[in-house]
Amino acid sequence: MPTPTTTPPPTGGEPGQTPAPGQEKAAAAKRGSALRSRPWLAALFLLPALVLLGALIVYPIGYSLVRAFLDQDGSGFAGFDNFNEVFTDDTTLTAFRNNLIWVIVAPAVCTALGLIFAVLTERVRWGTAFKLLVFMPMAISMLAAGIIFRLVYEQDPDRGVANAMWTTVHDTFVDTAPWPEARPRPDAPLRASGDGSYTTRGTVSAADPASIPLVGIPPRETADALPAERAAPGGKGEITGTVWQDFVKGGRSEHGVIDQNEKALKGIEVEAVRDGRTVATAKTGADGTFTLPAKAEGAHLRLPGSNFEAPYGGVDWLGPTLVTPAIIGSYVWMWAGFAMVLIAAGLAGVPRELLEQARVDGAGEWTVFRRITVPLLAPVLAVVTVTLMINVLKIFDLVYIISPGATQKDANVLALQLYLESFGGGANQGVGSAIAVILLLLVVPVMVVNIRRLRRESRR
Amino acid sequence: MTTLPDVVRGKRSPAARLASVTGHWAVRFALIVIALLWLTPTAGLLSSSLRDPADISISGWWKVFDLNGSFPWILDPDQFTWSNYDALFQNEQVMDSLLTTVLITVPATALVVFVGALAGYAFAWMDFPGRDWWFLAVVGLLVVPIQVALIPVAKLFGWLGIFETTTGVILFHAAFGLPFAIFLLRNFFAEIPRELLEAARLDGAGELRLFLRVVLPLGGPAVASLGIFQFLWVWNDMLVALIFADSTNPPVTVALQQQVRQFGNNIDVLAPGAFISMVIPLAVFFAFQKQFVSGVMAGAVK
Repeated sequence: MPTPTTTPPPTGGEPGQTPAPGQEKAAAAKRGSALRSRPWLAALFLLPALVLLGALIVYPIGYSLVRAFLDQDGSGFAGFDNFNEVFTDDTTLTAFRNNLIWVIVAPAVCTALGLIFAVLTERVRWGTAFKLLVFMPMAISMLAAGIIFRLVYEQDPDRGVANAMWTTVHDTFVDTAPWPEARPRPDAPLRASGDGSYTTRGTVSAADPASIPLVGIPPRETADALPAERAAPGGKGEITGTVWQDFVKGGRSEHGVIDQNEKALKGIEVEAVRDGRTVATAKTGADGTFTLPAKAEGAHLRLPGSNFEAPYGGVDWLGPTLVTPAIIGSYVWMWAGFAMVLIAAGLAGVPRELLEQARVDGAGEWTVFRRITVPLLAPVLAVVTVTLMINVLKIFDLVYIISPGATQKDANVLALQLYLESFGGGANQGVGSAIAVILLLLVVPVMVVNIRRLRRESRR
Repeated sequence: MTTLPDVVRGKRSPAARLASVTGHWAVRFALIVIALLWLTPTAGLLSSSLRDPADISISGWWKVFDLNGSFPWILDPDQFTWSNYDALFQNEQVMDSLLTTVLITVPATALVVFVGALAGYAFAWMDFPGRDWWFLAVVGLLVVPIQVALIPVAKLFGWLGIFETTTGVILFHAAFGLPFAIFLLRNFFAEIPRELLEAARLDGAGELRLFLRVVLPLGGPAVASLGIFQFLWVWNDMLVALIFADSTNPPVTVALQQQVRQFGNNIDVLAPGAFISMVIPLAVFFAFQKQFVSGVMAGAVK
């Protein structure tokens, strides 16, 4: 949940509830003299809050500040050793670096997307429905979001939707091997010739169409293929031949002969190779036949390895290099809606007339956006970014849930390291406290800004 | 804008008008694509939770649509089954964990609202020495990361004998919810017209009566925002429960987290479990969007 970063707030309740500005100011002025002077009663009203805050926030801050300078079991003074360890130990250093990536990237992406969404939805009638949809992930737990994205990022393109989409895009632009499982029988007239390719043992001639039998393909994959055709001898000295599946499920099949019901293998690339040089290439048609020009006469035929490459398996999202960006992606999914809602509220306060005037003056949409909308929204954008930074600084659940055991160390962040170090078997509360103190120091500037703003407001 | 004379509008060239129309369609198209993209992960969870474990392990959840058929794709309802949910409802551990979540969330929310309102009232309408300084101190606590308190409070709770108990979790949440609660309610209460309070005073209402009968009801919208906010925050928490809750009877987030270790083989438990854990927050969110959004805004924007 968002932590407040500025004061004073607004209104608390519905926008309509805000009193008129004059009234507000008057109320503030009168409040200075308060109602009645009965300090003991005030103390009674404040007591429960002060006890909870004192015991569970203020005292712990003091404790952590001290504990961070004590050694592992808390009995001796350790100076800056714990802090030293945070910045020298590989594990914590990785955590620190990842935290830095998080704090820079995640708020920036969320704010940018939030701004785009807010501007786009302004002009669409169903903008509210869109906002509701994008904002919805904020209501669910990071645990649930983590499980959702573990599913999204599953490696197998048949299970994880990210890789399913990615491989679909990839396969649209890159040719995929048509028959990855195909291979010749040992007694076939083919031999393996490196890089997964196969070459005929003999040479080809125009008079004698080549037969290239392959096996190893699951029959269900060729169920829709045409029956293989014996190639007719080519005219004008052309070389012809057939590539087919030399196997019939449950039927009799003579090795090396195109029997009835044996299926053609379409789309296989055939190269004619002479003296190690490729002189011609062709692709098999739907009936399994191919035709090479006459210059292939007397060459060996080779089926290059690209015909048999394993299919593209997609991206290793949760592998060591991509795990942090992938988890940041899930955070953006959760929090872009937060940025969008706040920016949309800010956008509602931008004077319409100003925008319309600029448009009438001939400014394009992009210019209006860049020169007027964004500068006017700058304070809101700053607040959103800072709020998200504070939130991201403490990121824990998503990293803990989404990163698999094998790459948890690559995805590590400070809050996770603190947990592992102090409660997850690390048993070094000195280092844990040092991390806690570092996190606290990082939010001190925001704390100071909050307090100064409030003082300025109340003085006015 | 309505204030512009039609003459001015008429000046736009046909080309500009065409650009604005195509731009409109481009915007709509982009928004639809983004909406689908945003919906996909959740749809994946829901679909997975409704499929047979055997189906989950061999094919993607999107196979519930007949992708080979013509667009729009046809949903194949035969692939859905309630068996995962049936199994989940039979699973006592999961049901107990949901109960634990409720037993933590409701008191923690009530405590924050009540204690926060008392303090907010004192800061807004009562006079005591150093009032503004105390309030500044509370504002300073707004951004304190909970990580600072984990180790010391674990020690403190151990000493008090409430480590790994529901009470401990409730108190921890209450404490960290308070700065925001006090901040929000004090600012809201301060805007109650002074005359109203004075009139009640003249009628002889005591301080407590004033608080319960006048200030709390008038603070309704802010109290509602705060309550919803706090409810979702506590319901969705995992870290605090991971450390401070009874590990043999944890809330649902921790119970599911324990299952994540075997991710891959137990999607038939994880997916419906995660979905069940989302139902209440989502219901609260949709029922009280307005209050939730205003709570979020109060937290961040001026």
